[in-house]
Amino acid sequence: MGKEMMYGEAIATAIIEEMQRDPSVVFYGQNMGMTERDPMLKMFGKDRIRVTPISETAELGIAVGAALTGLRPIVELWMSEFMLVAFDQVLNEAPRLRYMSGGQVKVPVVFKAGYGFAAGWAGQHSNCLYHLLMGTPGLKVALPSTAADAKGLMKAAIRDDNPVVFLQHFLLTLEKGEVPDGDHVIPLGVAEVKRPGTDLTIVATGWMVQKSLAAAAQLEEEGIDAEVIDPRTLAPLDVNTIVESVKKTGRVVLVDQAPRHASAAITVAGEIAEHAFSFLKAPVRLVTAEDTPVPFSEPLESFVLPNENKIIQAVKSVLAKHAATV
Amino acid sequence: MRPSDRLGKSELVWMWTQMLRVREFEERVKRTFVEHPGVLRGHTHLGDGAEASIIGALATRNPGDPVMPSYRCHGYPLVLGTPSKNIMAELYGRRDGICNGFGGSMHLADPAHDFPGATGIIGAGIAHAAGVALTAQVKKTSQVVYSFFGDGASKQGAFHETLNIAAVWKLPVVFILENNAYQAYTHVSLEDANHVAGEPLSNKAHAYSIPGVSVDGTDPLEVYDEVKQAADRARTGQGPSLIESKFYRFSAHGNAITVPPVPTQFPKHESVEVYGRKTEYEAAKGNDPIVKFRRQVIERSVLSEPEARDIENEVRAEMEEAVRFGLASPLPVPEDALKYVYA
Repeated sequence: MGKEMMYGEAIATAIIEEMQRDPSVVFYGQNMGMTERDPMLKMFGKDRIRVTPISETAELGIAVGAALTGLRPIVELWMSEFMLVAFDQVLNEAPRLRYMSGGQVKVPVVFKAGYGFAAGWAGQHSNCLYHLLMGTPGLKVALPSTAADAKGLMKAAIRDDNPVVFLQHFLLTLEKGEVPDGDHVIPLGVAEVKRPGTDLTIVATGWMVQKSLAAAAQLEEEGIDAEVIDPRTLAPLDVNTIVESVKKTGRVVLVDQAPRHASAAITVAGEIAEHAFSFLKAPVRLVTAEDTPVPFSEPLESFVLPNENKIIQAVKSVLAKHAATV
Repeated sequence: MRPSDRLGKSELVWMWTQMLRVREFEERVKRTFVEHPGVLRGHTHLGDGAEASIIGALATRNPGDPVMPSYRCHGYPLVLGTPSKNIMAELYGRRDGICNGFGGSMHLADPAHDFPGATGIIGAGIAHAAGVALTAQVKKTSQVVYSFFGDGASKQGAFHETLNIAAVWKLPVVFILENNAYQAYTHVSLEDANHVAGEPLSNKAHAYSIPGVSVDGTDPLEVYDEVKQAADRARTGQGPSLIESKFYRFSAHGNAITVPPVPTQFPKHESVEVYGRKTEYEAAKGNDPIVKFRRQVIERSVLSEPEARDIENEVRAEMEEAVRFGLASPLPVPEDALKYVYA
């Protein structure tokens, strides 16, 4: 049994449940818990729910210090770009301290941020920055595509003894989905087949999972049976689930909202090249954003981003390659 | 004698006219959310309430002095000479926008009118302003840079690091901290150490041993007096100053953050929406800088009542045209998105 809830609501529910379960979890950030009427403040009090100034370096650095000494902080960053202001803490502090201490300390923090707001938020508030994060050993990166995954991954992120960047897609905020009842925790590093299929494998994350599933539904009408896989975390990356699917289908389309160069899609393509090369019946195709910043105006923004149509065209080209070479 | 005592009729009329233009422009942006739903995408921030502060400061400029506002940046280029219709077209994402539809409300730029560009990341522009001042210093241009940012930005590392370097290098920059009482949705009492201690935010200047003053940002002449002194100081090689200009932002932080297909819209001010402080908001509205300055220019016989009304009508007509132009301007060509990535 489960309960239908929105993606954003599922994340909030996960945080509330974990804060009820574990008094060492604290939650703070800008523009939250500002008045006595705030529901989280009412539930957990001023010690555990705090509003901060616009001071990302301090916000994230304080979280690292608190995590070193027994708290489990969640920092609300709202926009993943705001993390860039304090990227030292994200890339060079939180994920390094345990290693440099020879395993003596741990840094259980969650940096929670929205991303990918392709709705006119333009160059500095619409980006997909996970490619910068997934290449940092010691850091985990979760990016759920459904309400159920959002709840389960947030709970896992809070319980994890490592720094986790939890990326929530803005455009999925109001998406409803069935969330299992009870203590629903999804281990970090386990992909999910969102749609089983036999003709080809589509790998996508976040909003692009929705786009890929919509494309797969259209392709089904044309007799094409696509399998859609969501890694759910990019670090750790569940290479095995992807490779097994490719061994079955022999054809791959990798979808990524980020620009192509040094993208998550390119990383997955590299893994497939090494581990499933001999199973490939056609070259891997990537459907990514253009290598540009995100422009403001709608026609420009649409032009640079992946969409259902671009996915469908890529799928057909991969299948055509097969037909041509057989 | 105050520096503003030397301002003549034409300067005072210019100041009031510019204040009206900024207000009317922002009113028309706000109305666009209702009259043309869906035209304004993303996040749009309005500067109504800031007019006296913006114009009082910019009235002290020498021609060619660069201006570096925050992301709440519509008013500055308007005063600097960017045509209102091209700013409106940019907010509407159109081809005739000053950034060709690539930037939008938070990221305006018009270098031809002494506005090198705004950033959407709070505090980042303060460092950029000091960099513009470095150019002026190295090239010996005698320019002074006007750096505008909110009270929220003064809690960023970029603010503190920049003030320190600017002081050490004696950069020709005036830092104008626009204290409009709310950092986005958070009241200044929840996030500023000086405010919590009952002290002015201009105290932050003490840490960097530069002049720091606080002024009534609803009085353009008071702003003029303090900024003029700071600009003179910067221009004569004595380094930066910090001015806290206190006023009240009349509109909410920005339009409500909505996910398509829910259209963008403007909420009530956070004092009412979040904190339930209706009397605070009404008191601020009762201290409207434009109404106050209008009274002043008429009492001082700078303008007659009919002259003031003529200017108001002209400004209304200008902004009506800006909206019409913006809506009529074509959308960009999609493939153009690949332009401008590299110089």
